[in-house]
Amino acid sequence: MMQSRSVEIWVGLFVAAGLAALFMLAMQVSNLSMLGDDAGYDVTARFENIGSLKIRSPVTMAGVRVGRVSNIGFDPQTFEGVVTLHISSNYDQLPADTSANIFTAGLLGEQYVGLEPGGEEEMLEQGSEIMLTQSALVLEQLIGQFLFSKASEGDDK
Amino acid sequence: MLDWLQQLGRSGLSFFERLGRAHILFYYMLLGIPSVLVRPRLLLQQIFSVGVLSLLIILVSGFFVGMVLGLQGYNLLKDYGTESALGTMVALTLVRELGPVVTALLFAGRAGSALTAEIGLMKATEQLSGMEMMAVDPIKRVLTPRFVAGFLSMPLLAAIFSAVGVMGGYFVGVGLLGVDEGAYWANMQANVDLQEDIYNGVIKSLVFGVVVTWIAIFEGNDAVPTSEGVSRATTRTVVHGSLAVLGLDFILTALMFGED
Repeated sequence: MMQSRSVEIWVGLFVAAGLAALFMLAMQVSNLSMLGDDAGYDVTARFENIGSLKIRSPVTMAGVRVGRVSNIGFDPQTFEGVVTLHISSNYDQLPADTSANIFTAGLLGEQYVGLEPGGEEEMLEQGSEIMLTQSALVLEQLIGQFLFSKASEGDDK
Repeated sequence: MLDWLQQLGRSGLSFFERLGRAHILFYYMLLGIPSVLVRPRLLLQQIFSVGVLSLLIILVSGFFVGMVLGLQGYNLLKDYGTESALGTMVALTLVRELGPVVTALLFAGRAGSALTAEIGLMKATEQLSGMEMMAVDPIKRVLTPRFVAGFLSMPLLAAIFSAVGVMGGYFVGVGLLGVDEGAYWANMQANVDLQEDIYNGVIKSLVFGVVVTWIAIFEGNDAVPTSEGVSRATTRTVVHGSLAVLGLDFILTALMFGED
């Protein structure tokens, strides 16, 4: 009797430890704690070039994470990338002329969408579109431009 | 020449016979699962001997693997000035690969060999036939509880391994080498995906658990009932179990993480 009781206690401890480990992996290690902000609204923004932006990339304002990229599409009429931004409902006071830029975190880091507030009275709401956008910096283009301008400088001499 | 062909044919046939017996056994064990759920006490005893008794080796090796990852990762990442990515590296390595695979290898060595030896000895001492004589189905009474206990314990053990490993990486990276604590956790949380990484790790460990326990039980049940036969079967459990885990890991990884 005593022995089967201690077996049961040990198995209980084992299962509890296993579940606790899974729970810790889910909460502490993964991004579950950031998924909770499902309440929010979607706005779209059009970019000439979205670089390596991905679904779930962060959307920040003043460096603070306010949402994430929820969808990326392509408009065959205008040949632009259409990015849907899901912004948490805590941040529903963004002016309608807010501009969106695609930045890179660090030299080689991930790309993210940075929002800059405008000055209008109206606010962004579900379905509205951000008109002022700036495309991603593509390193190859930048180097190309730099080389080109260097070369044309050389011609002047 | 003809002898050689006959030899080849015979070994091929016996291979497929074994494969067939293994699948029939698997089928009967699946059929036996409801009867195990009716008697949870049998299952509890087996989870104790398969899971709880493997806990120590899993905890110790998980912690050390995490510490080694922290140390190696730090030395590598330091050259690029990205020590802050240490948490991501440690967590992804553990959750995606090392957690399930190393746990399964240890599990095959620690629990699988014990299962094979136990069942093989039961067979050698005719306990299994004795049960049949008493109209007790040994598959339901002996094999299936061990099978269920094995594949239930594996994901729990793998999760414990990964969690302890992350703590080991934290201990070395943050505690000893001075990586920023916030960066360690924040980078990890930003880059480890619940669906993509953690669920897939759990699925992997579940598959490994089924395969390793299945191999162990089959080898025990199929062992030649002599002491030499049991020892051979135990060796085969560890070898085949480990090979199956490594091979399946490649296939599962290709399926899960292959497309992007």
